[in-house]
Amino acid sequence: MKTIKTLLAASVLGAGLALGSTTGAIAAGKQAQAEDIDFSFEGIFGKFDRAQLQRGFAVYKQVCSACHSMNQMYYRNLGEPGGPELTKEQVNAVAAEYEVTDGPNDDGEMFERPAVPSDKFKSPFSNEKAARSANGGAYPVDLSLITKKREGFHYPWYVSPFIKLVKGNGGPEYVRAVLLGYQDPPAEIAEEANGKSYNPYFASGPWISMAPPLSEGAVEYAEGQPEATVEQMATDVAAFLAWAGEPKMEQRKSMGFMVMLYLALLSVLLYLTKKRLFSRVKH
Amino acid sequence: MSGHSTYNPTNPVMKWLDDRLPMPRLMYDSFVSYPVPRNLNYWYTFGGILMIMLVSQIITGVVLVMHYTPDTSMAFDSIEHIRRNVNYGNILQKWHAVGASFFFIAVYIHIARGMYYGSYKAPREILWMLGVVIFLVMMATGFMGYVLPWGQMSFWGAKVITNLFSAVPFFGEPIVTWLWGGFSVDNATLQRFFSLHYLLPFVLVGVVILHVWALHVTGQTNPTGVEVKSGQDTLPFTPYATVKDAFALCVFFLFFCAFVFYAPDYLGHSINYQEANPLSTPAHIVPEWYYLPFYAILRAIPDKLLGVVAMFGSILIWFALPWLDTSKVRSAAYRPIYKQLFWILMIVFFGLGVVGANPPEGWWITAGQILTFYYFAHFLVLLPLVGLLETPKPLPSSISDAVLASNGAKAPAAQPAE
Repeated sequence: MKTIKTLLAASVLGAGLALGSTTGAIAAGKQAQAEDIDFSFEGIFGKFDRAQLQRGFAVYKQVCSACHSMNQMYYRNLGEPGGPELTKEQVNAVAAEYEVTDGPNDDGEMFERPAVPSDKFKSPFSNEKAARSANGGAYPVDLSLITKKREGFHYPWYVSPFIKLVKGNGGPEYVRAVLLGYQDPPAEIAEEANGKSYNPYFASGPWISMAPPLSEGAVEYAEGQPEATVEQMATDVAAFLAWAGEPKMEQRKSMGFMVMLYLALLSVLLYLTKKRLFSRVKH
Repeated sequence: MSGHSTYNPTNPVMKWLDDRLPMPRLMYDSFVSYPVPRNLNYWYTFGGILMIMLVSQIITGVVLVMHYTPDTSMAFDSIEHIRRNVNYGNILQKWHAVGASFFFIAVYIHIARGMYYGSYKAPREILWMLGVVIFLVMMATGFMGYVLPWGQMSFWGAKVITNLFSAVPFFGEPIVTWLWGGFSVDNATLQRFFSLHYLLPFVLVGVVILHVWALHVTGQTNPTGVEVKSGQDTLPFTPYATVKDAFALCVFFLFFCAFVFYAPDYLGHSINYQEANPLSTPAHIVPEWYYLPFYAILRAIPDKLLGVVAMFGSILIWFALPWLDTSKVRSAAYRPIYKQLFWILMIVFFGLGVVGANPPEGWWITAGQILTFYYFAHFLVLLPLVGLLETPKPLPSSISDAVLASNGAKAPAAQPAE
C-alpha cells in the first residue's frame, strides 16, 4: 500500500516516518519485527502476481494443508479473476483430488464423492479435537484470514499509526517471517522448549508447536519458475494467503480508483460552482 | 427564523398536495428559502455531512442484514460470506464499518464547532442537548454494531463494556445478567445487540428530526456569534448553502473513500479477523478509536464505580454546558482566553485518546489522571470563571458589518433576487 498512502501521509507525517525508520527494529512487545517485503499487490494499482499465487497455492496444497484448514475458501475461488486464475480444467482437476462427505442420500446414508469447484477446501481434520489430537494438543490455525488477523509490524506507539497507514499491518510479512524465523533458542531458555521450536516471530511465541514446515525441495516448481528455495516458498505462500484473506482485493482497488477519480472531478466542479456563486455576494 | 412562508407552487399537482398536506411547503421552507447567515464557514458543513452519513449507514446496514446471520456459530462466517461471495460485499461491508469511523470523525468536528462558536448558548440549549442525546445514541449504536462480526475484539469489548454495569451498587450483577440475557456474553447477547443495532439508527433519525426542527426555530449560529438581525445578514439555503455543503461533502467522501478502498482495515483491529473465543483473552482489549478518550477516563479512576461515573459524566456534563459557560459572548473569535482554553481542551481530548489506546501501565496511568482532571476542570471550573473574568473583544454590530469589515470597506452587495 505505498503510492497513494505515501502521498496522503507524507505531508503530515514526514517527521514520524523518519523517526520510525530508525526505530522500526524496536518491537513494541516481545514479537520480533517481520522483514518488510515489496509485494506486487501493495499500492493503489497493486495486483497479485498470478504465477506467484499459483506457486503459493502449490506450497499450501503440498505442505500446509496437511494440518491447516482454509474454511473460507472454495475450489472455485482458484479460477476466479483477481486470484491464481487457474483454468476451468485445472480447478476441476484440483477439486477432484479430494473426497468430500455428502448426503444423506435417499437411503439416509452419508457418502463420499469427489469434490467439485463449488465445494469448500477440504479440511485436514474433521473437528478441532481431532486436529489437536493429531498435533500434540496444538490446534493448527485456519489460514483463510491469517494475513488479516496477524500483524508482522510493530512500532512504538508514537509512530505506529503513521507507519501502518503507509505500510499496513504486515500480515503477509508475518506469515513469511514465521516460516523463515526458526532459530536456535538462546541458551538461558533452551530447556523450556518442551518439544517445541523457538521462533521469535510467532505471535504467541517464542515457542511454537509447528516444526519448521519448509525444507529445500519440499515443493517442485514448474519449468521457468524461480528455484523453490525455502525463502521463495515462504514468500509465495505468504502472497497466496494474502490473496485468500481478501480474494476480491483487486476489484476493490480498481473500483476505488474510479470512485476517487469521480469524486475528485466532482469536487473540482462543485468548487468552481461554489466560487462563482459566492463571487456575487459578500460572505 | 421561521417566518412567513414564501412557497408559491405553480405546478397544479404540487398546489393540490400543498393545500391538503403542506409537505412540499415544509421542504421548500426548510431547504430552499431557509435563510442562513451569509458568513458560515466550512466548519458549518458537518451537520449536512452527518445527515448523509446517517443515511449511508442505514442503507448499507439494511443491505448487510440481508446477508448477515446473528448467531454465534455463524455470525463471523456470515461476515466473511458477505466479503467473499456477495456482489460488491467486500466494499459494502467496509463502507459500513469505515463509515462508522467517519460518522464519528464528522460528529467530533461538529461538536467541537459547537463548542468553539458557543452554539449551545441561549436560545439554543434544547438544540444542543438534543445533539448530546444523538451522540449518546450513536455511541450505543456503534458499540453494538462492533459486536456483530463476532470477532475476538467484538466479544471481549462487549464483555468489558457490559461488565461496567456490574459496578452499580447492589443491583450490579442482576443488571449485567439481564443485559447479557444469560450468565456470559453469548448468543442471547449477540441477538439482542443485533436487534438494538437495527432499532437505534431509526431512533437517531427521530432525534435528528427534532434537532433540525430546533435548529430551524432558532436559526444557525455563525462565526461572529451575533444573531441575524436583518435580511442583509442572510442568504437563501439554496443555492448558497446547498452548493457549499455539497462541495464539503464531496471532499469528505474523498477521504472516506480513500480509507474504504485503500486502507479498509486501518481503523479496525486485526484481531477482529479472528473468530470470538471465550476461552482466549486478547493481550490488549481496546475499544474502537472513537471511544478511546472516554475509555481513558474510565481507567484513570482507580475505583470501578467512580470510573464508570466519570466516564458517563464526561459526556453528560455537556448537557450542563449552556449553564456552565457564564459568558454572554458566543463566539470564541471574540473571547481571547476562552479561545486558548478551547484549543487546550482539544489537545487534552486527543491526549486522552492516545492514553486510551495504550495499556494502563507506568506513566500512562499518571498521564490519564492528569488529563482527566483537566477535562473536568475545564467544564466545572475554568469555563464558569473565564466567562466572568474575561474581557471580550468588541462585537460587530451585525453579521453584514463583520463581513464588510473582513472584505474591506466596499459597498454592500445587493441582496440576490432569489
